Amino acid sequence: MRYLPNSSADRQAMLRATGHAHIDELFSQIQSDLRFNGKLNLPGPFSEAEILEFFQQAAAESSREYVSLLGAGAYSHYRPVVIDALLSRGEFFTAYTPYQAEISQGTLQAMFEFQTMMTQLTGQEVSNASLYDGSTAATEAALMALRLTRRRRVALARTLHPEYRQVLKTYVRHQDVELVEVPYAASGQVDLAQLEYTLDAQTAAVVIQSPNFFGTLERIPEIASIAHRQGALLIVTVTEPLSLAIVKPPREADIVCGEAQSFGVPVAFGGPYVGFLTTRERFVRQMPGRLVGQTVDTEGRRGFVLTLATREQHIRREKATSNICTNQSLCALAATIYLCLLGKTGLRQLAEQNLAKAHYAAAQLGAIPGVVTPFTGPRFNEFVVNVPGDAECLLEDLRREKIIGGLHLGELYPELANHLLLGFTELVSRAAIDRLVKVCRQFSAKVFVSQDFSPPRR
Amino acid sequence: MYPPEFLYTKDHEWIRVDESVGTIGITDYAQKELGDVVFVELPKPGDHVTASESFGTVESVKAVSEIYSPVSGEVTAVNTKLQNNPEMVNTDPHGEAWLVRVQLADRREIDKLMRADEYEVYIQQEKAH
Repeated sequence: MRYLPNSSADRQAMLRATGHAHIDELFSQIQSDLRFNGKLNLPGPFSEAEILEFFQQAAAESSREYVSLLGAGAYSHYRPVVIDALLSRGEFFTAYTPYQAEISQGTLQAMFEFQTMMTQLTGQEVSNASLYDGSTAATEAALMALRLTRRRRVALARTLHPEYRQVLKTYVRHQDVELVEVPYAASGQVDLAQLEYTLDAQTAAVVIQSPNFFGTLERIPEIASIAHRQGALLIVTVTEPLSLAIVKPPREADIVCGEAQSFGVPVAFGGPYVGFLTTRERFVRQMPGRLVGQTVDTEGRRGFVLTLATREQHIRREKATSNICTNQSLCALAATIYLCLLGKTGLRQLAEQNLAKAHYAAAQLGAIPGVVTPFTGPRFNEFVVNVPGDAECLLEDLRREKIIGGLHLGELYPELANHLLLGFTELVSRAAIDRLVKVCRQFSAKVFVSQDFSPPRR
Repeated sequence: MYPPEFLYTKDHEWIRVDESVGTIGITDYAQKELGDVVFVELPKPGDHVTASESFGTVESVKAVSEIYSPVSGEVTAVNTKLQNNPEMVNTDPHGEAWLVRVQLADRREIDKLMRADEYEVYIQQEKAH
């Protein structure tokens, strides 16, 4: 931890250098009635030792003792310790690709391996060297489809992460692009009839997520053929890429994008996370971001280069494939290390463990009177439950038992009040699931007693 | 060097007009400036192009450059050979490596273009800069 303090003597010296008598002069452009004049409600300065103790205690109180069932786009997976040991090596410890990229063959090779593994997992032909995060990756994919088709309309599944939809909306706000929403069916999947009805010859792309925001797998081949019949591209977003270890890769998609945080990047408020984007080779020239290629040097030795950089913003300015994308080299490196550590077999076993836990939990919860798992589509490690009574009260009960009981969907989906989205990774033990079931059973019994009627017979 | 039957733009495209159809390419000067061409991106037949507006790109190992149309009109043909042989732009920019044919919407637009002798003076000035 490094402090960058400045003393009042430092501040005076800086003011002398800028020619100001008082720091307030720097804010003179802002009208006085728009300025905050009170005292900030902040605690006094802590010493380094005090700060360490403060955060250690806060961490102990919050995360360690709690079991989290929160998924919804960010997943708590076990991170092997070797990841951080390798990441913090001086040769790697930068968020950026170096400006003279080819000097750093190690970094480029790691990115090349990342790209290779992402194409293998997603069943696509090319991958970029990562993007900012899942939501911006989905947005870049949509922008790419708009350029490729020269159309101005994009259909978004309502089962796409609500925040991803919001980010996309913000990006295209002033770009004369029409966004339309495709509803979901009773199965918790995209309503195919509605999709067919929504698409027209002006639609550039259909953006879906699989497993979708409800944890349900989408019918990708069917959706692809509906999209392709109208000449639209299919964009498949993946927020839980561990699913790709056991579900069929979305080969029918034209662009696959999403969030690779699950692969060795810790869950953190505000990130950094790591977006990815893979596509067909014939679309590579419209793909945003950096691309590492393999080549040979003058002596025939294997080497790595940044390729197709002529379409990037430092060369092509306003005509670049993207002026707002970045990459997440360090997080992509974490993902590369993670995937190498687990290997093909390990990744599959881990995915099977996640699947088994979620299905065990769904079976146990579904057996509780009044608790319903409404969506019938196939799922991976997340699913939705409709609880009897007020979901907020249930979450409160769960918190008392040191369980963070998933996401209440009511705010994001008004039609799903008292529905919880629950995620089960390998870090949720069977004992924790049994504790969850016990609390839910007690909650259900309490609700039915207070309402003085019997639960519906199943 | 620069065929006298062509007309030229300040952005280094050429056009040969036969009746009301214009064949468009980039000039020898342009290909030399670009270096080895690795990819050519062109519109589709039926697309509309506008005078002085970009209708495609030429990508070399150094840069991606816009191609600006000398005239407005509808694309009637595209040189598909360039898809697999973009290097033709370097070897035969005024012949085999034509890019598109356009049905001219307004013949008067070609009056603004340079003749070969004017273009040669123009590129001498460009080189001087």
